[in-house]
Amino acid sequence: MSDTAFDTTPVIAPSALKVSDEVAIEISNMNKWYGSFHVLRDIDLTVHRGERIVIAGPSGSGKSTMIRCINRLEEHQSGKIIVDGTELTSDLKNIDKIRSEVGMCFQHFNLFPHLTILENCTLAPIWVRKTPKKEAVETAMHFLEKVKIPDQANKYPGQLSGGQQQRVAIARSLCMKPRIMLFDEPTSALDPEMIKEVLDTMIELAQEGMTMICVTHEMGFARQVANRVIFMDQGQIVEQNEPEEFFNNPRSERTKLFLSQILGH
Amino acid sequence: MADTHAETVLFVRDTMLPQKEPPLSTVGPLGWARGNLFSGWLNSIITIVAFLFVVNLIAHLLPWFISGTWNANSLTDCRDMMAAAGREQGGACWGVIRERWPQLMFGFYPSELYWRPVLVLVLLFVALAPILFADRTPTKMLGFTMLFPFIGAWLLWGGTIWNPITALLGFVIGYFVFTFLSRVVNAGISLFLAAIAAFVWWSVLSGYVVSGLSAIAPLAIHSVQSREFGGFLLSITIGVTAIMFSLPIGILLALGRRSDLPLVKALCVGFIEFIRGVPLITLLFVASTLLNIFLPPGTNFDIILRVMIMTTLFASAYMAEVVRGGLAALGKGQYEGADSLGLDYWQAQRLIVMPQALKISIPGIVSTFIGVFKDTTLVSIISMFDPLGLANAIRADANWNGIYWELFIFIGAVFFIFCFSMSRYSMYLERKLQTGHR
Repeated sequence: MSDTAFDTTPVIAPSALKVSDEVAIEISNMNKWYGSFHVLRDIDLTVHRGERIVIAGPSGSGKSTMIRCINRLEEHQSGKIIVDGTELTSDLKNIDKIRSEVGMCFQHFNLFPHLTILENCTLAPIWVRKTPKKEAVETAMHFLEKVKIPDQANKYPGQLSGGQQQRVAIARSLCMKPRIMLFDEPTSALDPEMIKEVLDTMIELAQEGMTMICVTHEMGFARQVANRVIFMDQGQIVEQNEPEEFFNNPRSERTKLFLSQILGH
Repeated sequence: MADTHAETVLFVRDTMLPQKEPPLSTVGPLGWARGNLFSGWLNSIITIVAFLFVVNLIAHLLPWFISGTWNANSLTDCRDMMAAAGREQGGACWGVIRERWPQLMFGFYPSELYWRPVLVLVLLFVALAPILFADRTPTKMLGFTMLFPFIGAWLLWGGTIWNPITALLGFVIGYFVFTFLSRVVNAGISLFLAAIAAFVWWSVLSGYVVSGLSAIAPLAIHSVQSREFGGFLLSITIGVTAIMFSLPIGILLALGRRSDLPLVKALCVGFIEFIRGVPLITLLFVASTLLNIFLPPGTNFDIILRVMIMTTLFASAYMAEVVRGGLAALGKGQYEGADSLGLDYWQAQRLIVMPQALKISIPGIVSTFIGVFKDTTLVSIISMFDPLGLANAIRADANWNGIYWELFIFIGAVFFIFCFSMSRYSMYLERKLQTGHR
């Protein structure tokens, strides 16, 4: 294993974290096309509350597209996606409701550069949740402390390092008190030194029982935190298993090839 | 020194050097001149030649500008005064500006009512303050800004006070219809119905209400006809209206052009391309002559109002494209960030997209504003007496027949002051909004 970032962090046994029977996300027979290109093919996935799922796969395999379908940043053309008991249809009210319950972190953070860190964090609670401003600020400071950057609250995103910006993005999502968090390659745009600070934040979040779906190439993180690893290729789920089994005993040839390439050096 | 470090170190400093002044040749005016004006023999020659040219130019122009003819009442007066002063080469005849000042400012506006346009101008600055200096003025002042168009129009045109009040009521009715209906049906339909309700109020009902109320309480000030407007009063009235309304309309058009709804998109593209493809003069001719053919006979649709509408539409089409440029410069990530937090379309536009897109577009927006303001001089072609139209009228007067430069220099200078202020403000705004990112 080449994941030196985790040598010092205590490993938590994935089984130690509670997974409930309650279904958080149910995707059944979902298909998506970009024009005539079939990006997602017959995706079936059930995520229980408290699960931490890592999605791996080569680029262009549809992993990002799949999680972006969960909060309707991408539209699926057939099949069903049910999030927290609400089915995603073209009904705008449902979409906004689901988006406010599902937090998302992006590869390029997508912070709002014209607002301070604090304003970034309080904006959605104030306008979407109609939280009083004072309360929103308190919540924001709480989560900024949690991601360990309360002292940067009055700076602008452009004044922060990449790792700090991604932690702000996580705090911004958490301020909406989401029940599910989606991570779309949160560390891919970061320097190696900053990857650790972001992953530590994510590990902490996992330990608190957040339902998480992460698209990532950090296999160390997968091994340490995930209770399920999903491997995708060519728009379909090729293999899913518990991390130990997945890494030590991959079944499909494609998975073996992928793992040998990603872990082989 | 020698006893402790002699074997290991060759040199140890025991006293620190104090800071000294830099040599005179690199700092101050002298240093600046050396660096910028005389940095080489070629640059030195160019500097000297340019200097001589400028001095020569000023030496020739200045006497023309400084000529003691402020009190002349006609061109002949002027020439007599200059001959008496022994100035053979002649000079500017500024008497025309003094004598025709009220006319250049107010046109044919009744002179006993000059206080009204002056008051409107003062109120205009009060109304602009909370927009231009949002961080230094109380937010409550925005309420006055909202009321200003009604107060200003009433003061300028006069007439019964019930006119602006019923006009304002139209918006109030539209607002209540919208809030009531938006609980029942979706926002688009309720907005449409609210607009219809307001329109019905303005075009049908308000006329009866105004005449009824004026009969009960005849609160009115002396009314002034549109043809009495002129000079900078006319330019500023048309220009400010077009500037005020073109930005919001332009933003809506830009959003419409990027909309996913095919009908909205087609309407906006059609409007923008049509208006931009037609010269403003054509639109003004339509406003002054053709519109009367289409309107039912007997309706008195004010000429200044028609011109203001045309200029506003013209400016909005350009504004839409400027704003669209700003929108295009914004990354997809900003929209996704806003979406992922559950902000709806209008919230995302207002809180995330527009503040950034408009900031990017500031130079273009202000250019359009300046262009629109200068384009108001085109109304002289449809025989309205803006400053340029007045300049021609003044030159037709026997007293001032033959005067030319003085009027145009003065009018140009006033326009320059306005346009340059807008340009400086936009630079100030850009600096203020610069938050050291992107």
